[in-house]
Amino acid sequence: MKTSSAIFSALVVIAGLAGSSAPGVAQETIKIGEINSYSALPSFTEPYRKGWQLALDEINAKGGVDGKKLEVISKDDGGKPADAVTQANELVSNDGVVMLAGTFFSNIGLAVSDFAKQKKIPFLAAEPLTDAITWSKGNRYTFRLRPANYEQAAMLAEQAAKLPAKKWATIAPNYEYGQSAVAVFKKLLSEKRPDIQWVGEQWPPQGKIDAGAVAEAIAKTEPEAILVVTFGPDLVKLVREGNTRGLFKDRSVVGFLTGEPEYLDPLKDETPEGWIVTGYPWNAVTIPDHAAFLKAYQDKYNDYPRLGSVVGYSTLKAAAAILAKAKSTDSEKLVDAAEGIAVDTPFGPITFRKSDHQSTLGAFVGKTALKDGKGVMVDVTYNDGGKYLPSDEDVKALRPQN
Amino acid sequence: MAPLFSRSWPLALRVSVQHARVFPLNFYFDQFVTGLASACSLFLVASGLSIIFGVTRIVNFAHGAFYMLGAYIGFTLTEQFSGAFGFWGAILLAAIVVAAIGTLIEIILLRRIYDAPELFQLLATFGVTLIVEDLALLIWGPNELLGPRAPGLKGAIDLFGLPFPTYDLLLIALGPLVLGLLWLLFRRTTWGVLVRAATQDREMVAALGVNQKWLFTSVFALGVFLAALGGALELPRQSANHTMDLQVITEVLVVVVIGGLGNVLGTFLAAIIVSELNAFGILVFPKISIVLVFLVMALVLIVRPWGLLGRAEAAARAAGGAAILRWRPLAARGRLAVVLALAVLALAPLAVGDYYLTVATEVLIFVLFAASLHFLIGAGGLVSFGHAAYFGLGSYGAALALKQFGLGMEAALIAGPLLGLAGAILFGWFCVRLSGVYFAMLTLAFAQIAWSVAYQWSDVTGGDNGLLGIWPSAWAAAPAHFYWLTLALVAAGIAALRMILFSPFGYSLRALRDSELRAEAIGLERRRIQWISFAIAGGFAALAGALYAFLKGSVFPDNLGIPLSIDGLVMVLLGGVDTVSGGIVGAALYRSLSIWIISHTDYSKLALGLLIVVLVVLFPKGVVGAFESWRARRAPRTGGESS
Repeated sequence: MKTSSAIFSALVVIAGLAGSSAPGVAQETIKIGEINSYSALPSFTEPYRKGWQLALDEINAKGGVDGKKLEVISKDDGGKPADAVTQANELVSNDGVVMLAGTFFSNIGLAVSDFAKQKKIPFLAAEPLTDAITWSKGNRYTFRLRPANYEQAAMLAEQAAKLPAKKWATIAPNYEYGQSAVAVFKKLLSEKRPDIQWVGEQWPPQGKIDAGAVAEAIAKTEPEAILVVTFGPDLVKLVREGNTRGLFKDRSVVGFLTGEPEYLDPLKDETPEGWIVTGYPWNAVTIPDHAAFLKAYQDKYNDYPRLGSVVGYSTLKAAAAILAKAKSTDSEKLVDAAEGIAVDTPFGPITFRKSDHQSTLGAFVGKTALKDGKGVMVDVTYNDGGKYLPSDEDVKALRPQN
Repeated sequence: MAPLFSRSWPLALRVSVQHARVFPLNFYFDQFVTGLASACSLFLVASGLSIIFGVTRIVNFAHGAFYMLGAYIGFTLTEQFSGAFGFWGAILLAAIVVAAIGTLIEIILLRRIYDAPELFQLLATFGVTLIVEDLALLIWGPNELLGPRAPGLKGAIDLFGLPFPTYDLLLIALGPLVLGLLWLLFRRTTWGVLVRAATQDREMVAALGVNQKWLFTSVFALGVFLAALGGALELPRQSANHTMDLQVITEVLVVVVIGGLGNVLGTFLAAIIVSELNAFGILVFPKISIVLVFLVMALVLIVRPWGLLGRAEAAARAAGGAAILRWRPLAARGRLAVVLALAVLALAPLAVGDYYLTVATEVLIFVLFAASLHFLIGAGGLVSFGHAAYFGLGSYGAALALKQFGLGMEAALIAGPLLGLAGAILFGWFCVRLSGVYFAMLTLAFAQIAWSVAYQWSDVTGGDNGLLGIWPSAWAAAPAHFYWLTLALVAAGIAALRMILFSPFGYSLRALRDSELRAEAIGLERRRIQWISFAIAGGFAALAGALYAFLKGSVFPDNLGIPLSIDGLVMVLLGGVDTVSGGIVGAALYRSLSIWIISHTDYSKLALGLLIVVLVVLFPKGVVGAFESWRARRAPRTGGESS
């Protein structure tokens, strides 16, 4: 006990010293705290980091914001909400950042958003898709960039309604993301097509799909179309088993996020053709702003951007725009400035809606195809996120009002 | 169709039941064969773990890492060599290369710590896993890598009218083949006889002049070879990716335990049972996969305490001559030092800022968590792999008291520990019927069942989106105030644990740990005493969990998860199991370091893994154990003691 307490108090003291002796940073920088799952999800977060670093260079090359350079202090949350809160706390209480940004997983986004609410610090959620972050758990300090689950479902349901298929089955990972994706898609599609029957569902645990058994179980329900929400390594397994077992043959398939390079590229020459998907066809985008982004990205990294790159880039651009508009680093003024702000992104101009703090960033919808042994998206259209969001009036009912 | 979310169902596992349909017979046959393929791929990996455990008694946590390495190296080699010979040669070569790496790790690392307390090797292999994860990222990059399909086995054949992957047929053949080869190896070779002898009685085999070192090394190499082969053989089925290791490790561990530790045939049976139950289970309950293996394990262990084909473990001989330090309550000087240290800690808010206070609060919470686990492991000799269950129940109890019942923080800090205590009383009743690794695995099963309840029961627990807005009452909201509150509760908790430890009850608990037979002979009721200690440990872990909820402001299923249980074990082992204060020091050390490392490095797993490996080699008795032996050597007359 004696030794333990001694060691512990020594640790606390050392920690305190380390904190107080941290090198002072020049006063003319504005600090933004950034948190993401770098070690837990490198396939998404590496391109994401490259994206925001590119944006940071561009902003500072043009003189920063209001004559002050931007500085990003980046932290890894290890994929755990509790650790993300620790990092957020360090950024806010110790490093003196004026706003928080980032996060990938929905639960981490929610944990940080609740922290932001408690500490009254603006938080720009980059990636988390859960509808809760802007609606049922929305708060004054939290904004979200990427099109939410609801929007992705709405874009896909719109296309799915045009299909002749009447018997549908679903495969989705067994957690909130998969559950809400399926629930919203079902609701929206059934509204458009009351004749549709939902004949089967499979809920493999995330990261542990028994793909053969799942494919067989779905095939047994004899659907005419299948909704696939599964992504990442599980998607690769499912596609391989499904291809071999003929699960997708003569069936329409709709896939959440499947067209994102992060998930499409690993499939290589086994990419199933004709799936209706949301995604990011980086070499087929015709939006003018994208061309400049693409060139700058390829020049800097000698690699093509993933969707994560666009998200990272746009997140930092949005943060800079908010700081420039607020002309202050005061939290309340930043929030006021962020509400309704217009930001230029590689996908064109977007705004952060005042009503629910959701940006109008959209997504590409198209069909998967094989080209030179690689998966690509064809028949692509860009869907503006704003068109798929409920109206400001409807949102009021979804969001806690205070 | 049952509604997706039947909001009214209070059932923990929200089950959505598919249409009850009757399929033609060939459908069932197809599902059966599909399950068989999964079983065989699972068996290949699990068999290696079973063999390693059977002989070396190492719970090889790095087994998943070797499996992942097999896939990655297999990927690189299949890219190099083409053609049928190239593909199969590459798969085999990958397994050999990984086996060589495993052998090196065994010789350099594990050999040094075979004499360390039971399970200490788990800590080393955990460190290795962390290192391998980051090295794989550095070498192969962040993207998933899709390997080639097996030449000649790319398509499907017609199996009673349904397409079935030909590659899966190969796996179905390979499973029994490996089982047969292992049987021959163990039954028909001298080496196998020695290995079986070592499985039953290590000391006796050593006494008979068999070079144990190389026996262990060769067994470890064989086990790693099988893991890597299993990984490389997955290439035609899935991509090589960074999550493969953790994906597989718990599942194979569970399969090995269900089958009976060290029993390869049992492992094979268990793999088939688990895979078939899953293949058919999802036809009726599409959400069953997430918890199925743990349900099966809990049921099997309750009915058969040593797994399907396992036998009671021979009573391990106490390591002869190992200096078992006497446990002593603090003397006057020690007490004074504790009071002084507490005073220093209480004054910390005057010296350090909010962030470091919050970190210190977190460290204190983990000190209590580790101390409670240490009470169970160190004093009770009961190793729990699922201690996070009670921590998490404490968090959820507190959060629900606040959110659902509108109670204040003060009441929530009582409700949380009560829920944890109730959970520990319930689960403990079953667990104390088992012993050793089976006890550990049953605690893991219950923890995973509790986790999946929190994960699935969205209406009450918020599912994986958790419960938000769990912030302290106004008077305790300032970081300094919450720090003081935590310090007071943690200090009281640890004081209470120590008082119990040095009470007659504590002595009976340690008596049972040291010699069950003798303790029972003098009239100590084993189950009752261990059950009470389980409940006590759970209750204090839950207090830590309740504090944690208010520190973080939110509660997630992570709070009940396997990683947290492992963290607890790492803290206790790092500090030193055989010491009184091991848990406290281990927690302070490990938690501070991991917070610092994750905040300051890009490759935190690599850094943490290396650190663990170094500490394991330097301090095989744990940090406190090493310190106390050093002190005992300096003052030999007083004899070794731990306080």
